[in-house]
Amino acid sequence: MFRLALGRLLQAIPVLLAVITVTFLLVHSAPGGPFSADKAVPPEVIKALEAQYQLDQPLWNQYIDYLGDVLRWDFGPSYKYSGRSVNELIAAGLPITAELGLYAMLIALVIGVSAGVIASLRPNSPLDYLPMSGAMIGICMPSFLLGPLLVLIFGIYLDWLPVSGWGDNPGDKLLPSFTLGAAYAAYIARLSRGGMLEVLSQDYIRTARAKGLSEWRIVGKHALRGGLIPVVAFLGPAFAGLLGGSFVVETIFQIPGLGRFYVQAAFNRDYTMILGMTVFFATLIIVFNLLSDMLALWLDPKLRHELARGNNE
Amino acid sequence: MNNQFEEKPIELAEAEPGASLWQDAWLKLRGNSLALAGLFILLLLCTVSILTPWIAPYGYEEQNLLLGASAPSASHWLGTDVFGRDMLTRIMYGGRVSLTVGFIATAVALVIGVLWGAIAGFIGGRVDAVMMRLVDILYALPFMIFIVLLMVVFGRNIYLLFFAIGAVEWLTMARIVRGQVMSLRKQEFVEAAYSLGLTRWTIIRHHIIPNTLGPVIVYTTLTIPSVMLLEAFLSFLGLGIQPPQSSWGLLINYGVETMEEYPWLLIYPGLALSLTLFALNFLGDGLRDALDPRTALD
Repeated sequence: MFRLALGRLLQAIPVLLAVITVTFLLVHSAPGGPFSADKAVPPEVIKALEAQYQLDQPLWNQYIDYLGDVLRWDFGPSYKYSGRSVNELIAAGLPITAELGLYAMLIALVIGVSAGVIASLRPNSPLDYLPMSGAMIGICMPSFLLGPLLVLIFGIYLDWLPVSGWGDNPGDKLLPSFTLGAAYAAYIARLSRGGMLEVLSQDYIRTARAKGLSEWRIVGKHALRGGLIPVVAFLGPAFAGLLGGSFVVETIFQIPGLGRFYVQAAFNRDYTMILGMTVFFATLIIVFNLLSDMLALWLDPKLRHELARGNNE
Repeated sequence: MNNQFEEKPIELAEAEPGASLWQDAWLKLRGNSLALAGLFILLLLCTVSILTPWIAPYGYEEQNLLLGASAPSASHWLGTDVFGRDMLTRIMYGGRVSLTVGFIATAVALVIGVLWGAIAGFIGGRVDAVMMRLVDILYALPFMIFIVLLMVVFGRNIYLLFFAIGAVEWLTMARIVRGQVMSLRKQEFVEAAYSLGLTRWTIIRHHIIPNTLGPVIVYTTLTIPSVMLLEAFLSFLGLGIQPPQSSWGLLINYGVETMEEYPWLLIYPGLALSLTLFALNFLGDGLRDALDPRTALD
């Protein structure tokens, strides 16, 4: 198990290096420098600016420098917000995005798992169709549509909840969290239904039934552990999706988080910001994929066994 | 006494005509009303999209500034936007772009993924190991972020969008095809075909391709909605389709700006997108059940 984790961790290093290299090359091959503004700037000023950000150096030197900076976890200054570093901006946005992501994930897990498990216990009954149709709606209703519709209904027509902001007014965290979590609740519901159906048809569940265990105990203790493995394996990709979703949700609800910064940096052509945040996001995503794989492995003894045997051969 | 054991000629029962995988699948699909509805909606949308320049009630750029944004009425079924442009027409033209992106980007993913997976699976050995390790590495990259990056760096152009989205979606396809080819190679009927002296190419054509087609079709049907969603996502953020072109994502983006005063500008494009995604997902699920030989035909 430990060796496996270590191996995966080592695998992550070339991936990260690839991310940094590709992003760096992409950003530096972009047409138009970061200082090519609408109004004409004297060439001396541009020269001075380029010297300040070391853009006059050969690309190779810049790349090596940047790698060194990243190793020291220093993403350099922002082009757009002069005097602020990318690190500062990430530090400002991260707690908000993390909180939003956490609530969204909790909502997705609670709704998704309970809907999926209930559906799997009574397959092909109204208790199955109803939550699964709801899940289909969740999948086909993207966040950039669901969010505005919720704002329209609960924020404007009913006037129950604030339409934007984060932590300024009571209840303003509800709509963004639900908007972000809804699609994942839907995926999780489908995954847990499928996983549970598979497990419930296994012999050891029949044995548990034959022994006269209560339904509650069978489902809660024996079936859930195996049935939820697909959900756990999905958590890594879901996390990456939540980051992407935060671009939209934070833009709709005007939340000053990482996602909104990233979209703004994209529009402002704030290249250091884009570069730094891409590397940061990639690191996060790789770490979370690793964690969710480890968790799935820990839950599934069969998989663990196979991998251990594969390693020894 | 021997009579009892007298051999009787075995009466040959009327040979039951064996249903091919495709006939079987069609029978199963015909019983799935949701999937059929999805197929019907999809065909309708495609027909409308192709015929749009001829059947759209108004011109795409036709403005009526005196009218402004008006609620749905007899002359404008889905209302008009702030420039007095007919929403039904705008949605029809937007759908053309959304569906085109969906189909072309999926086709890009399909071609790359199938070739990659088939080559890796068929050659096997070290080539396979290298090719699939590359897929693993690409899988770990945060692609959503890369697409945003690509659109920012190289400008927002529709051909780049096809390429960028296709470049993301081929990975799963490659894995599916490779797995399928690998397992097929070891099957007895393929070995039998070899021992009968069939050439490699004939075996690929008659045994490998038809047996891989099922999962590929299913995954393709499920890729189209996720591609359309990605395009709408980018267009919503302003990083995808650019005006004067239009797509459902872009229309939703405009709709959000004015939803308080003119909610129909948000609701109808949203409905169009959701309905299409519904249709494609139901069809994909239906096809998956239909093409899976393990599900019984009731």
